[in-house]
Parts: sequence; C-alpha cells; structure tokens
Amino acid sequence: MPWPELPDEFGSRYRSVWVDLPSSLFDPVRGNALYHEYMDQLEYADQLGFDGIGVNEHHQNGYGLMPSPNLIAATLARRTSRAAICVIGNSIALYNPPIRVAEEFAMLDVISGGRLVAGFPVGTPMDTNFCYGQIPALTRDKYAEAHDLIMQAWAADEPFAFDGKYTQLRWVNCWPKPIQKPHPPIYIPGGGSIETFDFCLDHDYNYSYLSFYGYLAAKGLMDGYWERVAARGKDASPHRAAFAQIIAVAETDAEAERLYSEHILYFYNRCLHVFPGFLDPPGYRTLKTLSATSAARLRRQYLGERAALTWGDLVESGTVIAGGPDTVRQRMEELITSLRVGHVFCLLHTGNQSDEKTRYNTRLFAEKVMPGLRGMWREWGDDERWWIHPLEQRVRPAVEREPALR
Amino acid sequence: MIERTVETLRGARVRVFEAGRVEAPPLVFMHGLSGLLEDTRFMELLGQEFHVLAPELPGYGQSTGEQLLEDMLDFTLHGMDVLVALDLTDTKPALVGHSVGGMIAAEMACLAPQSIGKLVLIDAFGLWLPEQPIPDVFAFMPYEFGEYLFHDQKRAAELLPGGTELADSDGLRDFVVDNARRLGTAGKVLFPIPNRRLSKRLYRLTVQTLIVWGAQDRLIPAAYVAEWAKLLPHARVACIENAGHMLPYEQPDALAREVGAFLS
Repeated sequence: MPWPELPDEFGSRYRSVWVDLPSSLFDPVRGNALYHEYMDQLEYADQLGFDGIGVNEHHQNGYGLMPSPNLIAATLARRTSRAAICVIGNSIALYNPPIRVAEEFAMLDVISGGRLVAGFPVGTPMDTNFCYGQIPALTRDKYAEAHDLIMQAWAADEPFAFDGKYTQLRWVNCWPKPIQKPHPPIYIPGGGSIETFDFCLDHDYNYSYLSFYGYLAAKGLMDGYWERVAARGKDASPHRAAFAQIIAVAETDAEAERLYSEHILYFYNRCLHVFPGFLDPPGYRTLKTLSATSAARLRRQYLGERAALTWGDLVESGTVIAGGPDTVRQRMEELITSLRVGHVFCLLHTGNQSDEKTRYNTRLFAEKVMPGLRGMWREWGDDERWWIHPLEQRVRPAVEREPALR
Repeated sequence: MIERTVETLRGARVRVFEAGRVEAPPLVFMHGLSGLLEDTRFMELLGQEFHVLAPELPGYGQSTGEQLLEDMLDFTLHGMDVLVALDLTDTKPALVGHSVGGMIAAEMACLAPQSIGKLVLIDAFGLWLPEQPIPDVFAFMPYEFGEYLFHDQKRAAELLPGGTELADSDGLRDFVVDNARRLGTAGKVLFPIPNRRLSKRLYRLTVQTLIVWGAQDRLIPAAYVAEWAKLLPHARVACIENAGHMLPYEQPDALAREVGAFLS
C-alpha cells in the first residue's frame, strides 16, 4: 500500500522513505480515498479467483500504509468469502505482550471461517529497531520467545504460566482460539540466513523470501534453502517455500512498458529510497552474515550515487516480470520451477499505479496467466500442509445473507 | 603496555591493559563507545602516578562473553566482577570511565559506593535531555563516527580506521563488522535512548566525583555537563578545549593533568 504522492525530487530532498520521512507528506484526506481503493483491489482479487490476498506490516514508511495489517485483514475477512487472508505478517517481537498476536490472529481465523495464513516476520531493522525501539542484539531472542508463547497459547487447553525473559504472564489463556488445528499455516519471511532456514524446518513452517529484486537474483538464496531442506532429510515439497514477485501484464510487451514503466520506476527510485544507516543497526545481523556482505553502500559517495534504475534494467534482470501474457507466463514458469516454490505472492500493484491499471493488471493475470500455472507441481497437488483449511459452511455477513434487510 | 586476560566468575573473558607500577594506587580506566584505540598516551600518562588497569568490555577487541550481558544490571555487575577478577576489591580503586564506560562506572558507584575510591566521568552517557537529544549512533554511516566523535578530523582519520572515508573496501568491511560487535553490545544499554534511569539512582553516588568534558563534544553536548552537575552538586566540573567526545585521545595531556590533580 504505497503512498503515491511522493514528490518528484523525493530522492534528492529527503534522505529516507522510511523511519524519518516527513509526516507532512501524508494527506489524510487523500488517505481516505486511497485505503478504500487498495482494499477494493484486494477484494477484486478474491473475486477473480486468486488463492489468497495478502497484507503486511510496516511502520513510518512511504511505501506502506499498513502499520496494522490486522485492521485491513479484518475488513477483508468480512468482505471476501473465498480467498485465504494472508497476513505476512505480524512482527511478533513488537507486541507487548505478544499474546496479543495469538488473540488477534485467532479472531481473524474465526471471523474468516478458517482462512488465515499467519506470518511471523522478525521485521526489518527500520520497523523493529528504529521505529519500534527494540534493542538490535536482542531482537532475535525476543522474537523466538514471542513465537514460543504464541504457539503454546494456541496449543494449550488449560491456562498456564509463562515465565519468559521478555514477557511474564501468570495466566496465559488464549481466548478465542483459531478454527484451524493445530494452528493456521505459518509463513516465515526470511532473507537467507541458515538460522531461519532451520527454524522453518524445525517447525515445518513455510519459508517466504519476500524480495523486491526478482527471481533471477533469488536463485542462489533459494538453492541454499533447498540444499538445507535436503541436508535435514525433509521432503522437497515446493509448498515449503514462497516467493514475492512484482508482475505487470498487458496485451503486449510494448504495452506493458507504456502502461507500467513510470509506476514501477516510482517504486524503485522513490519507495525504496532508504537511508543505508537504517539498514543494519549494529547487533541486528550476525557477524557472519555481515562479513559476507559488501559494505560499499556505506560510503559517503554512495549517497550521491544511488543511480536511477531504468525499465530495461528491471525487466532484463528479472527484477520485474512484465510483458504480454505469454511473456509473463513463460517467466512465471521459470520462476516457479527454478526457485521450486509452491506459492507466489503476486505483487500486481506497484508504486503509484492507478486503480484502473491495477485492476487491468490483476484481471489479465487472473484470466490469461494464472490458468496456465495452475497445473504446475501436479505431483504435490494434494499436499495441503502449508495451506488453509477453512470451514465448509462459513457464515457470511447478514447484509449478504438477507439483502431484504437492507 | 602489558596485557593479560582474566576470567570473571560469570565466565566472561576480559583482556586487560596495564600501565604503571603495581604498587602505585590502582586506577581502572573504562573505555568508551569505540573501545580502546591504538593510541595509549592517556593511559601511559596516568601510569606515571597510578597503576592503570584498562579492561576491554566483552564485545570489544579480544574480550568475549558479550552474550552474558543483557541489561544495565548485567553490565554493572560485570564491572564489579572485573574488579574481583583483578583482586581490587579491598583497594578501593579510582574509576575513570569514558563515554559508555562512564555510564557503567557511575552505575557501579551507585551500586557499591563502598568498593570504589574516586570517580571520574569523561563525556559520559547515562542521562537524557529531551530538548538536547543525543544523535542516533546506531544509524551512523561509518564516516559519521569520525565526524561526531572527534573535534579534529585529522585525529579521527589516524585513530578510527574505517570510521572515516576510506578507499580500502576490506578496511571498511572490517570496521562495519567490528563496529556491529561493539555497538551491538553497547546497544543493550544505549539503544534506542541511552537512558537506563541512572538519574534515579544517583542519590547513592556519594564518592568524590570529577565530571570532565570535551568542550566541542558533538555527540553528548555541553548541556549534559550542566545536568550532571545539577544531579551531583558535590562534583567538580571541568571542560577541556579543542576536544570532542574522544577527549582522552584528543587532549590526553590536559586530561591526564586534570584527572591526576583530582585523584591526588
């Protein structure tokens, strides 16, 4: 849910789109229209037959208007009837006490009739440390404890005491409980650390790589994941993994460039304009990960150098998948096969794309691309370990059941 | 300088640098945010009068066990544990704490005033003034460390390799990795606001105290000197010109004179 009104000179006038961007750039009246537009688009995707519709959590961020994804998910739970409600997710180290997440996710699962996919991200340093003040070196430890509390709360049949380092509760008694048993499918967004691979495999959670840099760049990381899956002796079900991809479909490749280029460039050149000092607070990443990372972006001259990306760069590098339906389908097949993923988060609204273009993109994808992808991974077709198990008979809002009451 | 490693009862391994004669009065120097830099002149000067012991905090240099330290009490008790490991508990050593080391030293003095002699706080963390927010060191680009910590940028370039604008990529990455270990540790008492409510414990700080500041400290500005002085009315206060936050490295002679005069 990006803010579409960042000024042209945003990148040169402000150091960051995240954490310390001026809040005067937000206009609540424009926001009123925008929230409804974005929620309408998600509901539209449900009508078009997407398996799920997704929301996520970001704070103080010019490309995300969702500090509280659960609020949006709650409206979607009422206004849709079929698609999974994917909250990817709640940054569980930020909730005090984290039992709040167990409760709210349970509410969403119950209201939606068992359609919740529950995501538990550690959270970016911008959100977790700089906006929400968690101590970088203790963030992962706090995350792990919050996870344990939530899972124990969902599993327990009796009240229990939880004596954690960060949270102490004498009476843990999650009320309500989720419909899905033992719990809703759990997705863990990760960035390639072996610790996160293992965490997912220990608990049989889905590993979701939420990259904005496309499937070609993701290959190395996902190969590492699958090597770890094999080394741990787990089956290679593609549903263990998910990937996020920016997609732009039109009637032809040329039309895709004409329609979407400015919006995608808006996203990469303005929405991702993050001050590098916010990317790696000391203590957030392990020293091993840092040692393997280039420090080039931490030079002073880099700040002046953040070169504007072009459409050609983005399409050739597979950062975005864009073009006519055949081009997009072929590239999606490549993505799904090469990364071995059973779930793709299709990012069909990008940057300051208009409502009209977003609906066009979403509809073309649903009608001309999606059907060709449905048959992939047929041999794993009945593997539902990482998908929702809703009630057969789900209650709908009264206005839909009995229109006469209106 | 002599160096050795001691192990605390809790299990941290601490490298300790030493200067001066063993029979001279003991003085413990607790380093700041950036650790012990290569220039040891300040410690050598103090070593002419005192037996100087400079322990490295876990997470810094060759000291390990930072995972044992999680909150302010852990850091304070670690400081006391080091005094035990150095067999200084009966000698009432002077504590000279710089920057985050000053914050820990002040906490130690509040916790166990009977175990230490005099206290010197150099450009110390520990207080927070809403109208004078301390810059967010955790969001610094590497080159900003030099700019904020030093008054003299030439000294910054000499003493903070990587913490200035370096051409050398490996040097920069090494700085980033070491800095992540150092500030990752210090962040447990400094992030996101370097205030662990020391001020409400300062009523216990009854030992003789010197507050000394680099007059051009850009990190913890002069307004904090006034606040320390207000909270510790019995303390002596001094400012030294031509020095920033890294006062012990920028004006070691003037600082050693000031500290020596106060302790003697």
